[in-house]
Amino acid sequence: MKKVIKSAEQLIALQEFTAARIAIGRAGTSIPLKQSLAFKLAHAHARDAVYSELDITCLTDQLKQFDLPVLHLHSMAGYREQYLQRPDFGRKLNEESILHLADHTQANDIAIIIADGLSATAINSNVIGLLEVLIPTLRSAGLKLADITLVEQGRVAIGDEIASALNAKLSLILIGERPGLSSADSIGAYLTYAPIPGLTDESRNCISNIRPKGLSYKQASKKIFYLVQEAFRRKLSGVELKDNAGLLGE
Amino acid sequence: MYRHTIKSKVYQFADLKDLLAKASPCRSGDELAGVCAATYEERVAAQITLADVPLKTFLNEVVIPYEKDEITRLIIDTHNTEAFEPISHLTVGDFCDWLLSDHTTTETLQQISAGITPEMAAAVSKLMRNQDLIAVAKKCEVVTRFRNTIGLTGHFSTRLQPNHPTDNPKGVAASIIDGLLYGSGDAVIGINPATDSPAAVANLLNLIDTLRQQFDIPTQSCVLSHITTTIQLINEGAPVDLCFQSIAGTEKTNSSFGIDMALLDEAYAATLSLNRGTVGNNVMYFETGQGSSLSANANFGVDQQTCEARAYAVARKYNPLLVNTVVGFIGPEYLYDGKQIIRAALEDHFCGKLLGLSMGVDVCYTNHAEADQDDMDNLLTLLGVAGCSFIMGVPGSDDIMLNYQSTSFHDALYLRKVLGLRPAPEFELWLMKQGIIDDKGNLLSVNAAHGLLGGKG
Repeated sequence: MKKVIKSAEQLIALQEFTAARIAIGRAGTSIPLKQSLAFKLAHAHARDAVYSELDITCLTDQLKQFDLPVLHLHSMAGYREQYLQRPDFGRKLNEESILHLADHTQANDIAIIIADGLSATAINSNVIGLLEVLIPTLRSAGLKLADITLVEQGRVAIGDEIASALNAKLSLILIGERPGLSSADSIGAYLTYAPIPGLTDESRNCISNIRPKGLSYKQASKKIFYLVQEAFRRKLSGVELKDNAGLLGE
Repeated sequence: MYRHTIKSKVYQFADLKDLLAKASPCRSGDELAGVCAATYEERVAAQITLADVPLKTFLNEVVIPYEKDEITRLIIDTHNTEAFEPISHLTVGDFCDWLLSDHTTTETLQQISAGITPEMAAAVSKLMRNQDLIAVAKKCEVVTRFRNTIGLTGHFSTRLQPNHPTDNPKGVAASIIDGLLYGSGDAVIGINPATDSPAAVANLLNLIDTLRQQFDIPTQSCVLSHITTTIQLINEGAPVDLCFQSIAGTEKTNSSFGIDMALLDEAYAATLSLNRGTVGNNVMYFETGQGSSLSANANFGVDQQTCEARAYAVARKYNPLLVNTVVGFIGPEYLYDGKQIIRAALEDHFCGKLLGLSMGVDVCYTNHAEADQDDMDNLLTLLGVAGCSFIMGVPGSDDIMLNYQSTSFHDALYLRKVLGLRPAPEFELWLMKQGIIDDKGNLLSVNAAHGLLGGKG
């Protein structure tokens, strides 16, 4: 008697058409252990990513290549458990960070903000690779970049507060996305034209799933650059800019 | 103003809304909203105070003003005083004991259902332990019909959820066939589309309808598009079985979803007119979930569980085939961990059933919640004991389109096995005829010649 009952060959063949966990067979009526452990491992990667931390030392070191000052900031969320329960805290800088930015009043075009979000793993693994393509592109278009900021326990909206304090015309926040079972290392990029604290999602444009096995650094950089140019040309971002999203096709 | 004194400490609660919020078992969403009790003692003080509030008070004191909210108007204007009569003399605390009493039977609960307002249901649920929520829900029987019969005691159904990130027809079909071979899909075969474009939704509707007709499956289909898209598709002659919509318990939240009751009336009438049901005509499928009102900044200081119960007033106006609380999808800022998700699911299931709804639960969590498969196993089992009408069936628990974890096809089989539950009767008969289960309900292995695998049968 076989312990695991496999799905029919024809069903297994259908795995070609979907990444869904179909045709995994059964042990009795339950999921076979091998599949169960594979699921657990995927979930473990996602959980580890949620609790991962920015490698500030390594990132600061690697960011030196862009010849920009790197500022280290922190949101009002003191620790991860609080961050998860109080999204409002993650959207605002703590007092020390606000003071830290107080004397940065020189006008800039773009502030690049790097935040852990829900996966510091995504930032630790992928942000340098993305910036190595993106920053030269932005500079070649004559855009002036503000100091780079590294933010712990940050949510998307914190980018607008920071860019506003840095006197930048546009905020570009690169942030770790909520890990899925298939990917724990995706970066999301959100940009806001004329950023001020208190703006909501409809004021922003988003490019999602930036990672080597998703949207590549090159593709992502191209899309971000397109949106940046359009935002500066039309002096807006968000829903109205999204109307032209067809131009962003692969 | 409500008050209670514990050891010379006087607790005051500004109004019924405040009292309900402070009496609510702890959850992150109410903390985020700033409406929850500040201490353990205050919470129990609120519960003791709430227990003494007469049910009649709920007909005179509303949590969101009548003039400002069409759901408040619906609750007050359609309150059935005749059904309310047998419980009209009770306080919330009396009501709790009354619900648990052996003299209160399935029939009694069915008779008074229309006399209970959502706020009364929410209030009593806040005083109940998990086992009370289970014991009373178990006594409720809500039966609905379309092409099969959902909610009969001893039966337990599943929504087959074959989502695909790009709506690829072959990918969707593969998940449907996989699910059917595990005996899933009697509540509905329901797809969350990746886009809301009418043409894409119509393609998916046609895909399921063709399969259903080819194999003569006694179930119903649904593509969970926005209600305006569904109305358009009905007008264009697409094969719409069930009309779907996400709903919530405040007018302002529903407005953020792009709906109001006039639009729901229109969609309900349009779907009924198609007359596609064979054994009944419950044509609506609603989804809800605690936290949606706060998320839309439209909770008016009302706690998230009371907001959720108010959504059921909207649902019951339209005699839905299915109502699904998508409990763990919203994330840890509303329901932090397994304990809070489990509690919320049992509350929603209890309140829904008490108010007369065919209640199912999406037993689910996201990767940033403090929850895992063990928590979901616990909840799944508790819901099975409580007589939950249906859960989801997702290949391997992993929804690759919505990026969250729900229940697998296997989970439903486990529950049926350990609790002796059976699929909807019409669907069960079909599964036997197809050779998917035997006459005792045991799953069989189908061979390559099976029609669903492209064989000639």
